[in-house]
This record gives sequence, C-alpha cells and structure tokens, in this order.
Amino acid sequence: MAVELDVFVGNTTIMDEEVYQLWLDGYTVNDAVKVRMVSEGMEEYEASAEVVMSDTMDQYRTFQMCERLLHNPTKLANQLLFQIPPHRQAMLIERYYTFDDVFVREVLGKKLSKGTKKDLDDVSSKTGITLKSCRRQFDNFKRVFKVVEELKGPLVENIRQNFILSDKLARDYAAIVFFANNRFETGKRKLQYLTFQDFAFCAGQLIKNWTVGAVDNMVEDMDVDLDKEFLQDLKELKILITDKDLLDQHKSLVCTALRGKTKVYTEMETNFKNLSRGLVNIAAKLTNTKDVRDFFIDLVEKFIEPCRSDRWASADMRLYLTHYTNSAHLLDTFKYQVVWDRYMGVIKSCIFKMYPQMSTFSTPLSGIIDQRFVHVKRDFGPLGRLSIFL
Amino acid sequence: MPGKLKAKIVAGRHLPVMDRASDLTDAFVEVKFGNTTFKTDVYPKCLNPQWNSEWFKFEVDDEDLQDEPLQITVLDHDTYSANDAIGKVYIDIDPLLCSEAASVISGWFPIYDTIHGIRGEINVLVKVDLFNDLNRFRQSSCGVKFFCTTSIPLCYRAAMVHGFVEELVVNEDPEYQWIDRIRTPRASNEARQRLISLMSGELQRKIGLKVLEMGGNAVVGYLQCFDLEGESGIVVRAIGTACTLDKLSAGANANAYTHPNTAPASNACNSPSKDSKESPLAHGCRSTHNSPVHSTCSAQRLSQNFSVSVPTLIFAGMGSGGSVGKEAGPLKMLLRQQTQTALEQREFPFFTLTCFPPGFLVHVGGVVSARSVKLLDRIHNPDEPETRDAWWEEIRQEIKSHAKALGCHAVVGYSESTSICEEVCILSAAGTAAILNPRYMREGCLDIGSGDHRFDEPSPPSCGFCHIPYDELNMPFPAQLTYCYQCRRQKVPDVLFTTIDLPTEAAVSGKGCLIQARLCRLKKKAQGEVNATSISNLLPFMEYELHTQLMNKLKLRSMNALFGLRIQISIGENMLLGLASATGVYLSALPTPGGIQIAGKASGDLSNEQHVLSIQKRINDAMAKNKEMYHINPPELSEEAAGSPIPEPKQRSRLFRSQSESSDELSELDLSHGKKDAFVLEIDDTDAVEDIHSLLTDAPPPAGFYSCNTEVMPGVYNWTSGLQMFTSVRVLRLSNANLTNQSLNKIFTDMCENLLKSLYFKLRSMIPCCLCHVNFTVAVPEDELIQVAVTAVAMSFDKEPILEKLGDRAVFKGAGENEDQLQFPMELCAESASVAISNLTAKFTGVPEYAGGPSRATSVDYGSFADRCSTWLELIRLKAHTIRRGSVKTSRRTQSLARSVSSSERCSPLPEGRSRSLRSTRSSGGGGGGTAVTVVKMTPLSFLPGTRLIKYLGIINMFFIRETTSLREEGGVSGFLHTFIAEVFAMVRAHVAALGGNAVVSYSMKECVFMENPNKNQAQCLINVSGDAVVFVRDTDQEATPTLIHTSCGGTDGPT
Repeated sequence: MAVELDVFVGNTTIMDEEVYQLWLDGYTVNDAVKVRMVSEGMEEYEASAEVVMSDTMDQYRTFQMCERLLHNPTKLANQLLFQIPPHRQAMLIERYYTFDDVFVREVLGKKLSKGTKKDLDDVSSKTGITLKSCRRQFDNFKRVFKVVEELKGPLVENIRQNFILSDKLARDYAAIVFFANNRFETGKRKLQYLTFQDFAFCAGQLIKNWTVGAVDNMVEDMDVDLDKEFLQDLKELKILITDKDLLDQHKSLVCTALRGKTKVYTEMETNFKNLSRGLVNIAAKLTNTKDVRDFFIDLVEKFIEPCRSDRWASADMRLYLTHYTNSAHLLDTFKYQVVWDRYMGVIKSCIFKMYPQMSTFSTPLSGIIDQRFVHVKRDFGPLGRLSIFL
Repeated sequence: MPGKLKAKIVAGRHLPVMDRASDLTDAFVEVKFGNTTFKTDVYPKCLNPQWNSEWFKFEVDDEDLQDEPLQITVLDHDTYSANDAIGKVYIDIDPLLCSEAASVISGWFPIYDTIHGIRGEINVLVKVDLFNDLNRFRQSSCGVKFFCTTSIPLCYRAAMVHGFVEELVVNEDPEYQWIDRIRTPRASNEARQRLISLMSGELQRKIGLKVLEMGGNAVVGYLQCFDLEGESGIVVRAIGTACTLDKLSAGANANAYTHPNTAPASNACNSPSKDSKESPLAHGCRSTHNSPVHSTCSAQRLSQNFSVSVPTLIFAGMGSGGSVGKEAGPLKMLLRQQTQTALEQREFPFFTLTCFPPGFLVHVGGVVSARSVKLLDRIHNPDEPETRDAWWEEIRQEIKSHAKALGCHAVVGYSESTSICEEVCILSAAGTAAILNPRYMREGCLDIGSGDHRFDEPSPPSCGFCHIPYDELNMPFPAQLTYCYQCRRQKVPDVLFTTIDLPTEAAVSGKGCLIQARLCRLKKKAQGEVNATSISNLLPFMEYELHTQLMNKLKLRSMNALFGLRIQISIGENMLLGLASATGVYLSALPTPGGIQIAGKASGDLSNEQHVLSIQKRINDAMAKNKEMYHINPPELSEEAAGSPIPEPKQRSRLFRSQSESSDELSELDLSHGKKDAFVLEIDDTDAVEDIHSLLTDAPPPAGFYSCNTEVMPGVYNWTSGLQMFTSVRVLRLSNANLTNQSLNKIFTDMCENLLKSLYFKLRSMIPCCLCHVNFTVAVPEDELIQVAVTAVAMSFDKEPILEKLGDRAVFKGAGENEDQLQFPMELCAESASVAISNLTAKFTGVPEYAGGPSRATSVDYGSFADRCSTWLELIRLKAHTIRRGSVKTSRRTQSLARSVSSSERCSPLPEGRSRSLRSTRSSGGGGGGTAVTVVKMTPLSFLPGTRLIKYLGIINMFFIRETTSLREEGGVSGFLHTFIAEVFAMVRAHVAALGGNAVVSYSMKECVFMENPNKNQAQCLINVSGDAVVFVRDTDQEATPTLIHTSCGGTDGPT
C-alpha cells in the first residue's frame, strides 16, 4: 500500500506559518515532519506522523507553487491562481525576503555573481544555514539588485514598491544592494565583529549623504553610486594634513576644547596628527574604486584601532570627533566647510556605530565567536543535527 | 436574428514568454463564436499587452447563444512559422440571456492551456442584446433560470413546483475518433472540452424547453453529469426540478413560507392504536435483509436477449396508495386524492430538491433505490439517444414503484449516477419516498394572502414528516412502529433513513455526525456479460452490508435517523467499492434507539464468553461517550406515560421495563442502552468480528470538530462567516496481490479515516468548526488503485451556544417536573430545538410557560395512549439489477446537491434598484482592469452564513482537461493534480467575478478522473465542477462579529 497521490486544495490557500518557516529554512520534508512532531500543540490533535507528513508535503508543494510568484511580489496581489488574503500575502513576501544576518554578513559586499553562488556551500557549512536557504537568500539579493539597478528614484522606495516589503526590510535590502554595487570589503577578520545591522546603518548614511541622489533625486543609480564630484572634492581636504600650520591650528583648537573633559586627553593629544591624517587620507583616496572598497577596513585600521588601543571609551571618541569636526570650521584658511561637513557627518555616524563596546572589543576574534555561538545554537535544534546538504 | 453578441478584448497580463530571443511575446487574440472569428491586432513585444479592441459583434440565433461558448484564443504571432497558441478562455454566455442574471461579463480570465495550465490572464468584456422572439415554435429556451441549489433559491418564492425534468444527449468522444491518432494531445483535449461545452449547452436548452412546456420558468436542483463511456462515446445527462419561481421583492419576504398548510394531513390520521404487527425479528436490520437473493437465479430474459432483471431486496410490501387511503380519515383521503391527481399526471413524480419550504413535505417513507448493470456498446446514432433514455426510464419506473410500495406518491432528494469500468456500467438512482403537500403542485393555490382559517392554527407538529406514510396493517416490509414521541398521535418508525436534508422544523436532540459505511469486494476479472453478471450478483450483498454497517454505526452513536444518505458503488477491474455516507441525528420524535448487544455463539466457551463481555463493555462505553460527545440528551419518559410496553417474544432478558428511569434520570442516561430492545450482533463468524471491529475503530472527530454531509449541522447555529471550501484527493496503490476482502476493507476504511484525520488536522485553526456537506466520491481508476476525493466546507462557529444552554435548562427544569407532567421535558426540548432552528427564539424565550400551549395539551391527552413498542424500522431500499447487452454507456457519480432553509428568514433581498447599483459600480471597476482581485467565496452549501444572497447570476458548469508529458517536472502526480485543482478553482472564481458575483454556492466537483502513466512521464485529468454564481451582502442586521473573519476579508481589500 502506498499513497500514490495526496493533495488538499482550499479555495482560500491554507498556509501554516510554522511550516513556511521550516520550508524557508531549507528543511527537507522529513526533517520538517520531525520538527513538527515534537513541537508543542501536536498532541492536542493526536496527529500521527502520517497526518503530519501529508500536511507538510501539501504545504511544501503549495510553497513551491507560490515561489514563482514570490519572485515577483507585485504579481502575487493580482494573480488568480491562489486566493490569499492580503495580510497573508504580506506575511508570505516579508518572510520570503527576510534573511539571516549571519548569512548576509558572509556575502555582504561581494559581487552577486555565479562564482559567489558556487561558494555558498562553504557559507552554509560555516553558518549552519542550509544550502537551500542560503541559495534562496542569495537569489533574493541578486533579484532585488537586478530590478532596482536600472530604476530611477530613491533606492529604498524602489525596493519597497517592487517587492512590497516593509520599510525596515527595504532599507536592509538597500544596504545590501549598495554594498554589492560598491563592493565594500566586509569580510576581513578585523571587521568580523561588526554585524550586518552596523553595516546597514552605515550604508544608510552613505546613501543619504554621499550618493548622487543626495543632490539630485531623478538620476539612474542615484542611490547606488557615490557622487563622483564629491569624491573629487574630497581631495581638497588634504590641506588639513599637508598644510603644517593648518594641522597645528586644528590640533590646538581641538585640544583646547577637550582639555579637562576626558581621562584620555594625553592620548588624544599625542595621537591627534595620526588620527587626522588617517581620516583625511581616507577621504582623499575615495576616488579610487579600490580604496572605496577598503573604506570600512580603513576606518577600523586608521581610527578605531588606535583609539581602542589607547582605551578610549566611546564617549571619549564621540567627544573627540565632535570637536574635531567642529573645530575645522574655525580654521580661517580652510575653505572646504561644505565638503568637510558632508564628509565628517557620515564618518562620525559610521564610527559611532562601528566603535565597539568595551566588552565586545576585548578580543579581536569576538565576531567569530559570536558566529560560532549561533552555529552551535542551531545545532541544538530539535533535530539534533541539521541536514545541510540537499 | 434574435441576438447580438458583443465582445471586446481589453488587455492581457502576465503572459508567458513565447519568444526566447527577446524574452517577450507578440500576442494577439482570436474571438470565435459559432463559425465566425475575429482577430485583434498583434501587440508586439509585450507581456502585458493592451489591445483595447473594437467591439466584435456576432449576430446569432438565441439557440446558438445557448449552445455555444464564446471561445477566446490568445496566440503569439510568428512571422515565419505558424502562430503558437498561448491558451484559451471559454465563456458561457448563458447567464447573459436571462434578464434577472448578469448583464455584462467583464473581468480577468485565466488563459488556460490543456498542456501548460494557466498562462497569464486576459481582460474581456461581453454583452448580449436580445431581441424579443415571439415564435412559439422556437428551439431556444432563453430566460429559464437554472440552479444547482437543491432547494428554493434564497431570494425566490416557489409559486409552483412542476416536477421532474430530464434529458440526455450523446456524442462520440473525440478522444476515440480516428483523427485522434494524428492530432496533438492539445487539439484532442480542446476538441473534447469544446464538445462537452456544446453538449451541456444543448442539454440545458432542451431542458429549458421542457420547463417552458410545463409552464415553469426555472430549474432547481439541476444536476448534470457526464458519462465518459470510452469507445462508446460521451453521454451528457441532466435531471432537475421544474418550478415557477417569483423573485421576492423587498416587501414580500421569506415569510411566505411560514404558514404551511399541513394541518389537515397531520390531524387527520389519529386512527386508534392497534397492536402493531409484531415483527418476528427483533433485530430489524438482519430481518429485512433476509429476503433471499433468490431471484437472481431466476433471471428472466427480457425481449432483448441478454437482459436479466433482478429485483433483489423488495420486501413484501403490497401497500399501495389506495389501500392506505381506506384506513386513513377522510381528510387524509381527500388530501391523498388531490395529491395524486396532481402527481399522477406526471410520469415521474420525482424531485431533485433535498430541502423544502415548510409544509411541503408531509410524510417521509424511506430511501428507495435502484441499480442496474448494463453492457456498453457504441452509440451508433448520436441523434437517437434512445437506448440510454430507455435505461434510465426503466430505473425510474423501478423507483416509482418502490415509492408506491411505501405508500408514497413522490420521491424527493432524487439523484442519479453511474459507475463505468471498461464496458460495464452501473446505473444507480436513489431518492426518498415521500408524501407531499399538493398545494405546491396546483396552479393558483399558493395565494398566501387568502385568509384560510387553518393558518390560525398552531404550526403543524414538527414531527409530521416522521410519521409513516404507509398502512401499518399492510406494511411493505417488516418494521416496528411506535407512537410518535412528540405528538403521540401517529405512528413513527424506530429508524428513519432519507436522502434529503434535515427539515428545518424537525426537533433534534444534540448534534449530528457524519456516518460512513465502507466496503470493498474483490471480484474476478472478467469480460462482457460474465463480468456484468458477477457484478450484479455482488451488488445486493454489498448493499446489504453497507446497510448493516450504517445501522450499527447509527446505533453506536445512539441516534435514530440518517439524512443525506448517499450510497456510491464503484466498479473496477477486480473489485467493487461501496461507500455510504449520511448524517446521523437523534430525532426527538423517534424512539430512543436500543443498545447493541453482543452475543457469542459458542456460549459454553468461557474465554469466548469473556471476550464477548469485553467487547460488550467497549461498545457500551463507546455509546455512552458518543452520547456525551454529541450532546444527545433526550428526556426520559417514564414507563407509565409511555404506555404499556408490548410484549415482544424476542425481547432480551435485559429489557426490564419495570426499571424505573424516573428516579435515575439524567445522571444515568446510559442505562437506556440496556432497557430497550437491543440490537444483537452475533459473533459467530469472522465477518461479525470484522463488523464489530470496524464499528469500534472509527475515530471520533477531535474536540472542536463536527462533521456532516448535509447542508447544516443539527445543533450548531451560530456560524461565523469564516469558511473554507476544499477538495482533497487521495489515490492509494495496493501493492499486495493476494488481498482478501477483509484486508481490503481495512485498507479502504483506513484510507477514508486517515483522510478525515488529515482534514481535521489541516483545518485545526478554524476550531470550533464543522465540516459540512462532506462529499466523498470513490473510484477505481486502475487495477490496483483506489481513489477517494472529498469536497466539503469547513465553517467555524461561535462557541458559546446560547440556544443550547437554553435547551439544557429547559430539559433540566422539565426533569424536575417529571412526575406530574410527564411529557413536558420532551416537549420543551423539542420546542426549543425547533425554535432554535427557525431563529425565532426571541419570540419564545421570554415566555417560559409556553409549554402550556396547544402542543403540550395534545401531548398530554394522547400520551397515555402511546404505546411503546420498541422496534426497529428498516429503511426501505429496493433495487433491481438488470444486465443488458445494449448500446452505450454512462459514467457519472451522483452528486448530492444540498441546501438549507435555515437562513431563509435572514434573507430579505434588497430592492432591485440597489442591487443594480451594486452591479454598476462593480463593472465600472472591473472594466478599468483594477488590480485588486475580487475575493470569491465558494461553498457546497446553498447559503453563506452571516450574509444575504441578493442575486443569482447564473449557473457555473465547467469542464476542464489537463494533460502533461512532463509529470516529474511538475512535481509528480500530486504536484500535477494540486496545480490543476487550484487552476480549476481560479477559473471558477474568475468567471464568477466577471459576472459581478462574489461567491459560488452549491458548488460541487462532479467529476475528477485522473489517469497516469509514470513510465511515460504522463498524466491526464478531467474535472467537472458546477455551482451557482451569486452576489451576497454581509448581513448587517446581525451582530457585527461575523464580519471580521480571517479568510474573508472584504471583496476588494488592497494589500495591506
């Protein structure tokens, strides 16, 4: 006796959110059944494995049939095949496009190419996320990227409208697209402690202030490409470190403002020139695509690490950067106030975000350990073991 | 030139990519009606073309309008090679031909291809201008309304019920024509779809003509079936009930039915109680079936050489309508005569309705059925479908005579079905013998306004329909009668089986439940006549066993009546499958069922004795549990009130009548198992063991679930608007070649049970909920395969049942007064139940002493005369099997269309003006190609809880074929069928939305034929669905609660 065929079709498409999540997470039907059998509430229905299996298969099939539509969420609303109440549609889309922060950290800034896709099995074994789920998430990134690549208008808005996502998710996707487009390096060990949300915040800042869209909001790629003119202008900031007088003047203005307000005043004074050189050099080099990619690693190496090794608290760092930025306005011979503000505004918010809390920075490996923890936690899932490979 | 059909192609969307090079499509559209074809321009390189075509006009006869569908083909233009078809849309024009239905068809239709499924959508506008045609010899029947609903549609009033209409048309099946060898599967499928569409149009037109001849204007309970007879062709046949319907205006609402005139009938028959005939057998079930199947052997050869007529289970009944009349009072006689004149002029006094206006149904006799086994032969002349006609005629005559034997002049809840395997075909017909009130069948007798003084009398007793229609001295079959537990004046059987829905006025204790009997019988593979003979030999045994199973299961649930009974027998190459489904209830008017007693044969054996005891205990426990689960709480009557028991020779020793229940009362309800005449099961062979086993293995539905196969669940009233219609299909492959009947039975039973369990699990989020109109169909598609398909609707309801509490309280109170007012509790209970059903609670709740009204008075008067013979009434089922080597075929399964009256009170239709405006706003929205998809609800029931149906837009009757040559790629057989069923739903919804509707009621899937060939990676499936497209509005008069249910967000909500 074998069940040859077993289907259930409702006029209103029935979708169980729990099963949907298992499907999204890339569980096979058999694994999903195991998970469901031990999840709470099942005894109530005296559900036998057979019943749960049948239900799970049905749901998986439904999801597979829907997947085509989820690739083009605007179709979901006016397709006729499935009658799904609007709030369920929203849930389906939102969950489909939701990604694992651990996963996105692995591919953030990488080119969304076939090559990267081929490496996903490494990512999968590293993160403990099933390959299937990795592929879905990767394909989502790629799909969103392709669609918005050639659209005019604000990036976040385009994503939201074309994929009917929540504002939060649309912003995250904007960050992913922005990183992928500019190929920012995020995978270096020194950057491991940063979460996707840290990067997403920085991306938001960059998009808002440094892209073409910040000045003109009707160009193609306006939010994806950095404003070339602005980058060119940044070269002028070099005067702050090349002009000895200006540098000294700047230093003394900052020191005056800082004196007595922080425990690490001495370190600040000592390091001022170094730090200033670091920040201004980053600015000056941004015309090179290669250096744009290293933007975050540079911020860490040139600014965050020196401060950390001097044990600046984040309040100290904030104080320092605020005065560092503001003091430049007092320099008579410094003519590039507008560019300086546009530059330092973003740098400040990024560094504020990226500057690690005491505890997490005690070891440079902390980021990796975080991930291991996640990995281990997943291993303790109800299955005891995940089937990672399809 | 009586009609002008106009069509406009507006736009397409989501078209498939037809040109790989550009990833785009150069689409254009062909619009075809009859032999005329128009084309739109090519809209180049676009997947969302905007054709915005001119109006294509077809000038056609209305006959063609009825027969032909509008055929829209979307193609991809190709300069160098032939244009590729993307897909087609068939639009049935019929709804536009009726002034009261839709006025325009406008909306997005899925573009369907039989190989690829749905491929994008197309926006179409269709209108019809009809010219009046006064030609009385016309061939068309435009304007006759068709309803699948098997009751008077909610916004209509039946001025007259004319009766049975039937028709069938036959044709060759394109799939079996020689040309099929050289054409593509697509072409062959499309030819078939088109042919069936044409045939059903023609059939509908012919039926319409018959209705017009009878003076009617509508067909209710329209049941159309296809018999795919393979080599021998296609038969499309339909039956229905012709009626004259008046649209209810706002003023005259459903109250028209509230004063049925049945008083004379029920009052007349107070013939003194006589000793009811003693049936020599205490266990009715066995006894009624002991009529031997001897006649099988004495097969008479009819004029056509190979036919054998085999009446198997006809009981001794000689009682004819006439003889009953002698015994009855003069009023009853008069009634009978009137009715007879009204009915007898009809060839077949059959009604496909299952639910009736109150008062229409006077008495119900029992189920009548007939089956006949035929050998199919090629249809030689499609224009002369006489062989098939003759076959059905024969069966109908059989049914008619069975009804007569039951003292009934009519058959209600009538349906016909077929099962075909190769060249053998079983034709089946079944219905419920009944006596009807003739008022509805005479012209001009329905003047509601007339001040007939009878209307001032109290409503007729709600138990009237239970009273026996036949002569108790001359019973057509051994049955045991007792005085009605409600009115105490007339005799009722102890068990009642019917194919209709529970009448709204019926008093019921507790809830109902789905009861199924399942059976497999192996048979040898054989050919032709030998095969037909062996099948017809098996049939009576199968019927008998199904019947026994039903009876056992009914007893086990402490219930005494079955409604909506539907017995399906399917033939396969090497087995027969039988499935009987019905809804069991406890009718307050019928006696409390006795218990089930197990008797061991070898009484000397101690271990056996213990075994028997333990089974007995399990059964008693199960019964007690069931009583509790279904809230069956019938008031106990003390013996004195019930009258002296009639001594019965075969009573069990445990039936101590003297045992006083009045002191035990409610606390020990299950005592009643032992005190009544018990139903005895003897464990003397393996069959019996198996019976008992299957009796006890049926799992009850999980907490919070109820199920029934009728329109509504007795005892559940406060529906919310949350509903979910679904279809589930399972196919099981039998791997073991050496199956026995027993193991096969087990497999089949488990399959059905597991399917139900899966449904409960899937729908758990809707708890508390009831699966209504659960409709199982079984088939044996291939040698080793069993296919079960279920369509049903899950409806959730509010937990706190105010009405139920009221009922409980009443019973409790009544029990306290048991000593002096013995009938009181029952009356109360009955009243409250019936009140609840008719939604009239408000009227009564404030008047606790209402039991002192006339009905109680009468019950007290008659109570002391009531005699209490606990008996068994066997349902009547009669049948005949005829083998005939003849011509063609038919294969269809019955579909039971059902309906309910319970919401009729709620349905006060809007004034016509308002519904118009509704329409117009909608169609303007639709024309603009709005993005929001209208939510279309579907239900197999005739109503939607919490809403009022304000308009019927026409019948939906669609037939689709889907085929694939890449089965694995489409997700295997399950993936293939899942997609196809979803596509069928989508197409039904789209058509309804385009007509301006927002729901389908009385939906049913009448056919689901699935064939696969996994080795070739191929599969094919045919689905036929039907229903009534309607417009509903939320019942704002009701509390606000029902409007906010998850699956049912308002029609045009945009995405949130």
